[in-house]
Amino acid sequence: MTNDLARWQFAITIIYHFFFVPVTIGLAFLVAILQTIYYRTDNQDYKRMTRFFGTLLLINVAIGVVTGLVQEFQFGMNWSTYSRFVGGVFGAPLAMEGILAFFLESTFLGLWLFGWDRLPKRVHLATIWAVSAGTLLSAMFILIANSWMQHPVGYKINKQGQAVLSNVWALFVNPTFVWGYAHVVLASLITGCLVMLAVSAWYLRKGEHVESFHRTGKLALIVLVPAIVIQLSVGNQLGVIEAKYQPMKIAAAEAQWTSCQPCSFSAFQIGGGANDKTPTEIIPIPHLLSVLATNTWNGAVTGLDELQAQYQAKYGPGNYVPDVFIQYWSIRIMAYLGSLVLLLSLWGVWLLHRNRLRNSWLFLTVSVWAVVTPFLMNTTGWLLTESGRQPWIVQGLQKTVNANSPSVSSTEIWISLAAFILSYIILGAADLVLMLRYSRHGLAHADAEAAEPSDTGGDAVPALTY
Amino acid sequence: MQLHTIWFIIITVLWIGFFVLEGFDFGVGMLHRFIGHTEIERRVCINTVGPWWDGNEVWLIVAGASLFAAFPEWYATMFSALYLALVLVLVALFARGVSFEWRGKRDDRRWLAGWSWALAIGSLLIPLLVGVALGDLLHGLPINSQHEFTGNFFSLLTGYGLMTGVTLVILCLLHGSTFLALRTTGEIRTRAHAAARSIGVLAIVFNIAWCVWTLVVIGGGTVPQPTQIFGVIAVIFAQRLSGTGNDGWAFAASGFGIAAAIGQIFIALYPNVMVSSTNHAYNLTVNNAAAGHYGLVVMTVVAVLFFPIILLYQGWSFHVFRRRVSAPPTSSG
Repeated sequence: MTNDLARWQFAITIIYHFFFVPVTIGLAFLVAILQTIYYRTDNQDYKRMTRFFGTLLLINVAIGVVTGLVQEFQFGMNWSTYSRFVGGVFGAPLAMEGILAFFLESTFLGLWLFGWDRLPKRVHLATIWAVSAGTLLSAMFILIANSWMQHPVGYKINKQGQAVLSNVWALFVNPTFVWGYAHVVLASLITGCLVMLAVSAWYLRKGEHVESFHRTGKLALIVLVPAIVIQLSVGNQLGVIEAKYQPMKIAAAEAQWTSCQPCSFSAFQIGGGANDKTPTEIIPIPHLLSVLATNTWNGAVTGLDELQAQYQAKYGPGNYVPDVFIQYWSIRIMAYLGSLVLLLSLWGVWLLHRNRLRNSWLFLTVSVWAVVTPFLMNTTGWLLTESGRQPWIVQGLQKTVNANSPSVSSTEIWISLAAFILSYIILGAADLVLMLRYSRHGLAHADAEAAEPSDTGGDAVPALTY
Repeated sequence: MQLHTIWFIIITVLWIGFFVLEGFDFGVGMLHRFIGHTEIERRVCINTVGPWWDGNEVWLIVAGASLFAAFPEWYATMFSALYLALVLVLVALFARGVSFEWRGKRDDRRWLAGWSWALAIGSLLIPLLVGVALGDLLHGLPINSQHEFTGNFFSLLTGYGLMTGVTLVILCLLHGSTFLALRTTGEIRTRAHAAARSIGVLAIVFNIAWCVWTLVVIGGGTVPQPTQIFGVIAVIFAQRLSGTGNDGWAFAASGFGIAAAIGQIFIALYPNVMVSSTNHAYNLTVNNAAAGHYGLVVMTVVAVLFFPIILLYQGWSFHVFRRRVSAPPTSSG
């Protein structure tokens, strides 16, 4: 019970946190590009767009930062047995994240936000790039930590039975990390592009500030196309890596109970819950699972039943099969939406090429609604990864069921769960209200701010930013 | 010196950094409704900490993460023991963090007042609760031979812990008012001076009483530690200097006062990191709570390489925004 509650709390808080993180990473990068164009061309229009999207970024950063704090505290609060066991390895990238990324991100965000009229233009531009670098570094260390849970490397077990670091470089070259990190960075970029595209499309459809938002819509599309194309192959490669180190994860994603060679991939299935081993497959695509899991046309995939027997022989009795339903549908929702986003981006680029982007009501409407897709893809992607690791908290080393805090009661977790859910609802509602309001009316604010007297001398009164 | 002792010092420095830096924005957060009478004055108060509060808060995050990396046992026992207190700290951190960013984004009286109170109460709760937590490390909590906490929420409310929390809140109030005096002009600055002088008296009384209590808790006899003497003198200086035109020195003095307060907890604690009130044999110490040697070497290299750079750019950020903040003459808010 306590363990289940702790898991629910972790799942809810981490999914929520990861709504905001990719927006921050993606938008920080795009805002830095906008400001770079402003710096190069001295076109005031790019300055107001930088400020406009910069404010959207800040609204998100606020909530991303505070929900991230919960994650850092939660390991010790709810998962003390896990923390005692892995702290010597897993704690290191978390501390490095704080030292290398958070200080950079937060200090330079303050400098950027308050420095418009204080800093030389070139230095001010550098501050937003420092923020973007901070977000990317932060994601890097978190992925290093997470990848270690998926595929532990560079450690040894000491006399007290704790994992301690034995080779720090192994963590950086862990294949699960290398491909997982690329996957997450691209996903964040795609998220940022789709948010920017949606806001731009909304204005273009209304016919307001058309020139400005045509520029940002174009930028979003130009970054989106290569990002999504590369992402599809990176995602595929990550699947191959995971099939090698965590075969259960990929076999469960196809609900593949029996071993097969070559293996087909079903477009949909009916049934296939926990005990249903013979779901009705709809449109099986021959060889596709072999290609996805092994990168070869006729590759073999070991089925869940055979893996379960192997794991029992190796780790003792127990159920080692992750939740097949979650795995099966997560990978599909992610991949299908990814393909739709690819089509959307190609459509947009074609319209750009024909110079009809601003007039295509249908494309603009679809683009506005497409803003929900990155959030669904990000969430299902992490569900696939994290739920697919179960029953392990650290693959092969510690089970989730043995990892929670013995001194924390269910009542305490109920209280914290209620407190977090309530806070998150309030924060989420306020964030949404602000994002929508600002998206609709924000440009007037950005214009007003830009029009305020800039640095007229050493003693000018700085604008009240907060 | 052994690596785990070096990491104990680094963690002490991180906690000191957190309270010295975030301490003034806690103070400003608590005081902004009282020192700023109109909306525009309140915004001036909030904007004095605008560019920095987020960077200041990172010191807490890094202190927590470093604890996890360098002393996993300490992190695990402390965070699971302080469970409900930390839930409150987190909720207070939410309220405070987003109120900075969101408060001024809508021009609506109830929205402004709501986030304003969220900022004030959040800024009060965090130093109070973290203070209780740090006091408890030294006072001792029921911890068994497996380093597991065996008490409940009420075991956390030790007299010494509460006294530590209240003292830290008062020191943050003093630090916030000396900071406001340093960063503002006119009426706000005058009110900040008055606040610093009266809060300063309270701070001197509480600081002395708390130092005596610390000596009782550690059984240190009647001879005060040098850190304690230093801290009390610093707080007296901060009170005396406020309003005399030495805003910079008053602020430095209140900062030293906080640094000395945090310093004395950790100096009194060493070589323990958490005292067990059940049996001193179960104390967590720098020895039995530390991570492996190789991991500490790696972390030491990272800290030695990057902390100087962090201090440089954070220092630069303070330099860039060194000018006083005042209300724009033409704006109506």
